[in-house]
Amino acid sequence: MATAQATKNQITLKGSVATVSEFFSHALSSILYQRGIYAPESFEPRKAYGLTVMAVKDDKLAAYLQAVLQQFSKWLEGGALQKVVLVVTGASSKEVLERWTFDIQTDKGVVAGSAPLPEKSEAQITQEIQAIIRQITASVTFLPLLQDTCTIDLLAYTDKENEVPLDWEESDPRYITNAADVKLRAFSTKVHNVEALVQFKTEDD
Amino acid sequence: MASTAFVASPARVAPGGAGKKETPLKFAAHSKNAGKMDRFIPNRSASNLDVASYVSRESRDLEYKKQLAANLGQDGSARILAFKQKAPAPPEGLDNPMASLYTANAGPKVKKTFRAVPQQPDRILDAPDLVDDYYLNLLDWGSNNAIAVALNQTVYLWNASSGDIQELMLVQGDDYITSLSWAADGKHVAVGASNSLTQIWDAERCKPIRNLNGHAARVSSLSWNQHILSTGGRDSLILNHDVRVREHITATLRGHEQEVCGLKWSPNGTQLASGGNDNLLMIWDAAADRPTHRITAHQAAVKALAWCPFQSNLLATGGGTADRTIKFHNTHTGALLNSIDTGSQVCSLQWNRHERELLSSHGFSQNQLCLWKYPSMAKVAELTGHTSRVLHLAQSPDGTTVVSAAADETLRFWSCFGEPAGAAASKAAKPAAAASSMMRSVNIR
Repeated sequence: MATAQATKNQITLKGSVATVSEFFSHALSSILYQRGIYAPESFEPRKAYGLTVMAVKDDKLAAYLQAVLQQFSKWLEGGALQKVVLVVTGASSKEVLERWTFDIQTDKGVVAGSAPLPEKSEAQITQEIQAIIRQITASVTFLPLLQDTCTIDLLAYTDKENEVPLDWEESDPRYITNAADVKLRAFSTKVHNVEALVQFKTEDD
Repeated sequence: MASTAFVASPARVAPGGAGKKETPLKFAAHSKNAGKMDRFIPNRSASNLDVASYVSRESRDLEYKKQLAANLGQDGSARILAFKQKAPAPPEGLDNPMASLYTANAGPKVKKTFRAVPQQPDRILDAPDLVDDYYLNLLDWGSNNAIAVALNQTVYLWNASSGDIQELMLVQGDDYITSLSWAADGKHVAVGASNSLTQIWDAERCKPIRNLNGHAARVSSLSWNQHILSTGGRDSLILNHDVRVREHITATLRGHEQEVCGLKWSPNGTQLASGGNDNLLMIWDAAADRPTHRITAHQAAVKALAWCPFQSNLLATGGGTADRTIKFHNTHTGALLNSIDTGSQVCSLQWNRHERELLSSHGFSQNQLCLWKYPSMAKVAELTGHTSRVLHLAQSPDGTTVVSAAADETLRFWSCFGEPAGAAASKAAKPAAAASSMMRSVNIR
């Protein structure tokens, strides 16, 4: 915990990390549900951010996401996490069909403990997150339908200085050829600023 | 913005190689590496100089790579990590559930295939002594799910739910039953006999309620319209009886010249259709005593009459041996809408209440029942089995089964009309609704 007693609207590092982690868990579950990558039976509705979001119910998938998110939290606390990418690949074609990117900008000062804690109301952060989740749901209107079964991969862009944890390996960025991208909204906890972007494969005209 | 994977093409970063290839003999003099050369390679065509120079130049292109990366938006200072343990694979053969919500054909495509009409009867009952007379109407299925059939002098009631047989009544002497009709309430049955009397019987208690006289010859056809019973006889008269009052004859309809063998009130009770052995089809309005329309379309006796359940004022009629056609009439205007040749005498007609179909029963030579699609009049099924002409047809109260009585003294039950549309659709809609409701609830607010 931060040394000084945080006032109501002050954002501590731990608090911000928790917010961002929770956002990732809901955002990733929403994407998996909305894109139809996993069966709808694996999800259950849950109330968060004033919306009904679909959270993962299936054990294996939940365990996978849990492990990944734990590592993300560790990185976030150290200020090492720069980007989180969810790559959707077609199972048969092995082509990358969609690429959801969450850019994270960290206030290094707060991470180091040197800068004063910023202030932002919780309600405002919740509203911003709500807007992004809504946009993810609305993205089905322009994203092409995923025809075959797909597999997902989670990539993390981290600082070079850190040690690579045992569970993670180096990877290529898994870009999409012929991509079209749509920038989604961003939310900020003043300690961390998260921007969302989705890239998808367009048909060759 | 198109982003391509970062690949440096050998051709682009090896300009020097091309030069080396061109002038092999002058190599030693021009090359920068002249001093470092320590062997003489006679044949340069075998070595891939482009690749060789690219590989040797790679370390020097780090700067180039950095520039390229920066321009492509890649931060060279970040390391890209992927989680080693792969995500659980989605189940095999998972159809993207979004497909059913978001594809152009709104909803799963319901393929409309014609239902399979069973070619065999569900049941065959023995009907010994059934009179083989084209002009009589000896079969009716009541709303109480009981079939009344007249076998010569006796009327039997067969309960379709339980299979019980009950003898309703018997006529004496040389007389025989000539017509039968259940009242709409399913409790009373009107029986016409060759002695020109019509009797109303209480089917539950098997007791006669009243006798209706008025005809001079056998009563060959009957039709109920609430409390009015119309009777048609061999004397060519049609009498309307109000069964509630003492003076029961409320109207005498004269028009036919020979036996009135077909008589049917329309479902809305406003018009009465009658067909006779004189080949005439008459349409009478409820209150009139002159026919509204006198139609001479048929070339033979008109016994088969059936009002369309889904289109008011549409009447289907069938002609006898010399005619063999089914004709459709608009009973408001009297116009002939359609006529098709069936190839065999038409003894009876029944409309399918659930689909737009018509069933006709025939005599020589096939003795078949034909199911026609309306209005295209395409024959969708032909049910054979009877060995003699199929004289009478009646349909069940739920409209799924038809019973046919033929001169071969059998009653056959055919499930040719299919399930009612409401039951089938609700069965299909239920699982679809359950699946889509969960998804619908999480849609964009």
